[in-house]
Amino acid sequence: MPGLGGRMSTVIKAKISRILDRTEDPSETLDYGYQKQVELLQNVKKGIADVVTSKKRLQMQSSKLEQQVVKLDTQARQALSQGREDLARAALERKTVAQTELQSLDQQVTELEGQQEQLTENEKKLRAKIEAFRTKKEVIKAQYSAAEAQVKISEAAHGVGEEMADVGLAIQRAEDKTEQMKARAGAVEELEAAGTFEDITQLGPGQDDIDRELAQLGAGAQVDDELAKMKAELGSGGGESPALEEGKKEGSA
Amino acid sequence: MIVRISGEGQFELPDEDADRLNDLDNRAVAAVEEGDERTFQELFDEMLDLVTSDGSPLNNEELVESDVILPPRDISFAEAEGEFTGEGLIPD
Repeated sequence: MPGLGGRMSTVIKAKISRILDRTEDPSETLDYGYQKQVELLQNVKKGIADVVTSKKRLQMQSSKLEQQVVKLDTQARQALSQGREDLARAALERKTVAQTELQSLDQQVTELEGQQEQLTENEKKLRAKIEAFRTKKEVIKAQYSAAEAQVKISEAAHGVGEEMADVGLAIQRAEDKTEQMKARAGAVEELEAAGTFEDITQLGPGQDDIDRELAQLGAGAQVDDELAKMKAELGSGGGESPALEEGKKEGSA
Repeated sequence: MIVRISGEGQFELPDEDADRLNDLDNRAVAAVEEGDERTFQELFDEMLDLVTSDGSPLNNEELVESDVILPPRDISFAEAEGEFTGEGLIPD
């Protein structure tokens, strides 16, 4: 197309054709017949299955974190009613971290859902194109001379080839994303297991210590607020118990 | 003119749009080179808008190569930087 030397589209076009080069000649791939096409579509299906697996894992983690938030909240209330404000504060700090993590998990799940939908749509398109190619090839063969038919069939095959390469790119991107999410999910699980859950703020990509400190300040303010609220609730409902001296209950923790 | 949005499919656009698309494309790449994420995002969104609003989706049964291929809609700025800066063609 004249005038379309734009670099962005050229680069992406080059990328697509590189993917295409890695696969066999599309017209041959398509001529191999059913077997090859089934393989191709299975590849897409596998990509979709991987996304679904990652999504399930994140959803499981998310529900675990939800339980944790509830548990930490209960612990904070218990600690406060026993006069242990220090413990209550620690529990609330962890709760804030867990809530932040929960938000980002939910966002990732939404992202994966979008990806799953897109890949499913891609598979449908590719299937339709392969089917159309099969029909069109026969029509071309019947209508044109052998030499002309070869040119026309090759053109059509390139149309399908571009679709195959694009789907390949989509799968590759989906895999890259799920890999990143898996790595992060793994790191979260390790931290949970090691009991250093409060260090989770260090996981954010590209964060420096100032970011971290700011995040902690923000979390600190939230914790103060919640603590005040809990105190008010307990104070109005419970009566005398908040008057317990600090430190006296050390043994019961 | 046939334009593909990577990951989404092909659209048929009037040929008159070629110049506009090309202009947006060049400005988007310039924005990437200057590290200007906001401008890049605006220009790229404008390109996607142009393609989806001016173009009509091609039937799945159509078997043609695209004249232009745009990156996936959700391309990150970091990805764009890797793809379009310097010499342009960064090997995979």
